[in-house]
Amino acid sequence: MFDSVGWVTESGLTYLDHAASTPMRAEAVEAMMPYLSELYANPSGSHRFARRARRAVDEARDTVARVVGCHPNEVVFTGCGTESDNMAVTGAIARRGGVAVCPAVEHHAVLHVVEQLGDRGRIVGVDRYGRVDLDELATVLDATPDVSIVSVMAVNNEVGTITDLAEVARVVRRHAPDALLHTDAVQSACWVDLRDITPLVDLLSLSAHKFGGPKGVGVLVERGGPQVEPLIVGGGQERERRSGTHNTAGIVAAAVALDLTDRDRAEENERLTVLRDRLVAGLGDRLDGVTETVPAAHKVAGSAHVCVAGIESEALLFLLDEADVCASAASACASGAMEPSHVLAAMGVDRSSALGALRLTLGHTTTAADVERAIDVIGASVDRLRRQTTAAVARTTADAVRSTS
Amino acid sequence: MKVMCAMSGGVDSSVAALLLQRAGHEVVGVTMKLWGGDSDTGCCSVSDVDDARRVAQQLGIDHLVFNFGDDFDEHVVAPYIDAHTRGVTPNPCIECNRSVKFARLAERADLLGFDAVATGHHANIGRTADGRYTLERGSDDAKDQSYVVHMLDQAQLARTIFPVGGMQKSDLRALAASIDLRTATKPDSQDVCFITSTGGRTSFLGDRIPFRAGTVVDTDGNELGRVESVELVTVGQRKGIGLPGGGPKRYVLDVDTEAATVTVGSDVDLLRSDLVVDQMSWIDRAVDGEVLVQCSAHGRAVSATVSADGEAIRVRWAQSQRRVAPGQSVVLYDTSNTRVLGGGICR
Repeated sequence: MFDSVGWVTESGLTYLDHAASTPMRAEAVEAMMPYLSELYANPSGSHRFARRARRAVDEARDTVARVVGCHPNEVVFTGCGTESDNMAVTGAIARRGGVAVCPAVEHHAVLHVVEQLGDRGRIVGVDRYGRVDLDELATVLDATPDVSIVSVMAVNNEVGTITDLAEVARVVRRHAPDALLHTDAVQSACWVDLRDITPLVDLLSLSAHKFGGPKGVGVLVERGGPQVEPLIVGGGQERERRSGTHNTAGIVAAAVALDLTDRDRAEENERLTVLRDRLVAGLGDRLDGVTETVPAAHKVAGSAHVCVAGIESEALLFLLDEADVCASAASACASGAMEPSHVLAAMGVDRSSALGALRLTLGHTTTAADVERAIDVIGASVDRLRRQTTAAVARTTADAVRSTS
Repeated sequence: MKVMCAMSGGVDSSVAALLLQRAGHEVVGVTMKLWGGDSDTGCCSVSDVDDARRVAQQLGIDHLVFNFGDDFDEHVVAPYIDAHTRGVTPNPCIECNRSVKFARLAERADLLGFDAVATGHHANIGRTADGRYTLERGSDDAKDQSYVVHMLDQAQLARTIFPVGGMQKSDLRALAASIDLRTATKPDSQDVCFITSTGGRTSFLGDRIPFRAGTVVDTDGNELGRVESVELVTVGQRKGIGLPGGGPKRYVLDVDTEAATVTVGSDVDLLRSDLVVDQMSWIDRAVDGEVLVQCSAHGRAVSATVSADGEAIRVRWAQSQRRVAPGQSVVLYDTSNTRVLGGGICR
């Protein structure tokens, strides 16, 4: 049990699940501390104590705007990436009516919203790397006169595929000139210069804990001012875009983390590409039957998604967990059970390969030693599962032979 | 030992995990996600998973969720639906134990280096002087579940633990309450987990198969009435067969889904002197001679004599019994009514 505060370092945990959540930057932790203690005032208050907190929120907004490449008034702080995604799609339909369109590999924070729209939602197919089928997208937009929002993720959370948003924007602007374009950029901040993608879209979602910030802070960028109806109403915070008392400490820390991420991005991309390539090559050398799901050229540096033949990820993850290697397979449902990946299914990966899916994601704390250890542990664990499975099959066959003879 | 404890989120498996831990075993709790559709405790039974996870946290043991939804669909749900289309009355909980809990989960446990799988069933596993395993009724007569785990063989029994089999339910609940487990007062689950109490069997099957209206006839073939769906009629049933009240009590003697015919008659017409049991499994060696036979989870065990009949066995009742619905599990106990001998499916 992890009672000690220092258990992560003490137990030598190998953390390769940065797409699920990243360790917070020390500077971000430090930055939030005053707002968890003496600077507790409500930033919406009217006294100088409140103004002090308000200044911290607005400075954070400036930082986010600078890194994202938008005006500070276009930044809306929300409670999480999911809220930002929900607000974009639900808010667009609430304001404009019509139809929402997204590719089949979107995060559930977008996909489930579009699916719940029923015949007001359209799902578009993807290619074998998970990139939205632009021809199909054009066809759907042509056939649907009242599309009010198209949502296409910038980087896929499971397999790491990078979307060419310039291409997507070209198709959307041409075939649905009145539609809003939203991008879920939750998995992008560490890898992609957001200034390159923000000008292409109308709405963009971020989540602080995916880039070394705290959980409980999201961002929705609404370019050109309010584009969608607010999801949460009440006190009118965030220029009436998102009510609810500001999470001052979280917002401050999110801005610090985003700033550092932006500063280190080029260097980290280079460093982690080397480590990721070593990880995938190392697994391929160590084991037969390891398939890289998306080639390196099409995905972010932190992503190493592979399918391992002849094993089930649930069993593999248990052995990795026992050996203090944190990894994942697909997204978990409400019960915590691993669900067959909708992303792999949409990409046309057959179900038996998808059963052996393993998502290893690297980030700012990942070291070469982590990668070597992961190769060793995954290699030994897969060997063990395959050996046991072969033995079990042999036993069953022998039993069958005995019972028929 | 390293033990994988299947934790459903109920009080029995909560206490099972507690007892294993107190006995000094290294315990990991596992909740199986079996059914992805509606249930009385939410989609994927999420509140049950929450209960199991919280109990595991309170005990300080690891807890995992395994998704065996595909296996459950294939081995439990699909055969359940298929059985109804054939007019057969299945027991899905037994199929789940046979194909999922003591097969898929046990294999997974084996693969991951566990020495045994434990569940919260009220049944006991013993050893004979010559080292053979026995399966015996749970110590709390009212809660005994040996019927639903009758399919275990020697190899499975060797790697299975029923920690609460020797307990009275009231003591078990008191123990859970004494350490503040949130499941201490949770009601026992009663019904099939994938059938909701609001929709019932009718809505579950109605969403999946077309119902066929049928004719109700007497033993001479005279038409007495109609039923809306022959698939929902079970041998032995007395109510809901579309006959006016007031007359003599009539029971379903036979269901022919092909011909969409339900035959009814008196309770005497329903009596049979014997039955044939297919797909027999034996706890140890095959048995013949005098036994006690139980044909439902909480039914009474009745005297009979069994003999081999090809691959199947024939049960001859000491005194004629009402016909057992085809598809029901028939479980044999020794004449002292403590030990399970084996079981199979009524033809």
